[in-house]
Amino acid sequence: MAQNKWEVVVVGGGPAGLSAAIEAAKSGCRTLVVDANETAGGQLFKQIHKFFGSSAHRAGVRGIDIGGELLAECEKQGVEVWLNSVAIGLFKEKTVAVERGFDNGAKSVVVLEADRIVLASGASENAVRFRGWTLPGVMGAGAAQTMINVNRVLPGKNVLMIGSGNVGLIVSYQLMQAGADVKALVEAAPKIGGYAVHASKIARAGVPIHTGHTVLEARGDRRVEEADICAVDEKWQPLLETKKTLAVDTVTIAAGLKPLVELAMMHDCQMMFHPVLGGWAPLHDAKMETTSPGIYVAGDISGVEEANTALEEGKLAGISAAESLGKIGEADADRIRSEIWGRLDGLRLGPHGVMRMQAKSEQIDHYKSAQSA
Amino acid sequence: MNEHRDDDVLICRCEEVTLGEIREAIQNGARTVTGVKRRTRAGMGLCQGRTCERLVQQILRAELGNAPEEIGTSTVRPPVRPVSFGSLVGDEGGKL
Repeated sequence: MAQNKWEVVVVGGGPAGLSAAIEAAKSGCRTLVVDANETAGGQLFKQIHKFFGSSAHRAGVRGIDIGGELLAECEKQGVEVWLNSVAIGLFKEKTVAVERGFDNGAKSVVVLEADRIVLASGASENAVRFRGWTLPGVMGAGAAQTMINVNRVLPGKNVLMIGSGNVGLIVSYQLMQAGADVKALVEAAPKIGGYAVHASKIARAGVPIHTGHTVLEARGDRRVEEADICAVDEKWQPLLETKKTLAVDTVTIAAGLKPLVELAMMHDCQMMFHPVLGGWAPLHDAKMETTSPGIYVAGDISGVEEANTALEEGKLAGISAAESLGKIGEADADRIRSEIWGRLDGLRLGPHGVMRMQAKSEQIDHYKSAQSA
Repeated sequence: MNEHRDDDVLICRCEEVTLGEIREAIQNGARTVTGVKRRTRAGMGLCQGRTCERLVQQILRAELGNAPEEIGTSTVRPPVRPVSFGSLVGDEGGKL
């Protein structure tokens, strides 16, 4: 196994990882990004819609354009990017095992030594169990979004969407733009989870939104051909007498994401469970450093949020990693970090944002008590 | 409604473990994700529980009402993604 030594290794080339790598490289760190996919950019290249917020937060800009800008900046700053390369292990003394992919399709495992590691591995979609959930045609809403916006393949013609968070709402609309018919969107909670602006868009387009409803079963020979939905009572129990059958060939599940934390757990980073952040995520300080010195986290791995917060967290991690290697002075790093925190606070506003701000500050508080224990 | 009408629903698709088998494991004393895993193999397949871990946690919570901290998570071991033996021991180019 070949050995490789880097000042900063970033695992994951989404918005958090790329912005961390850019900041680290800009400060003079020899920086490598390993990304499991054929193209870096994470989920940005399927975000064909415009972002919300103020202009300081890239509102009005589409995710795909941000992805392009980040990749260009990585190249300019001399960040090395390994594509089709999967981090399979993170060991003590900060070594990372990577199954490196080559252009000819070959793969081989290399062990990297890193002075600093930024984990920006993102999140994975939550499954929902119902009879028939393992049938072909049932998939994550994010997977369906990748199929239509990246691979240009329509997963099916008639779709039932489960979940009314922003992912469920936005992907419903994009499935319609791609030519599918969204037969219904069901949400078990009594009200819609995502932004009203997205919900009204699909409601205007004629998608029936059933709150207080769930999916009971998907059926079909070899793949989904129909699905049953029904109302639920206040204890979330299905009211079978309200059952309706929909002729759909695709069921997409937007039931939230959970942080992809395996590498952090492997390095014994202390974790905390927070429902607002998608479950278990590593504790970290205001510099994004975990309880394992030299291991940083940024983006969804540190708690599921959005692309714009991931970008800012990545910068925090990149600058802090560079600072700890003596590449940037403490005063400069502090000044930049306080600007970033100002923007992060601005992004964590509104009813959803405030809950996330609270959850993130709990993470930092727990980090402090873990460190003093 | 019979509350166990869904006992045959698959939970861990890699190891083909059903909801009924997980409920039985809990009746037999499983209290954590690891306890369920040891009794049923749920989470021991190709994806190492990336899909079913959350479902197993939900079932434990529904059956026992205990906290996420008590239910816990799977133990993580390398490799965290499937790797061929060829690429694990091979030279650059992945040949044995």
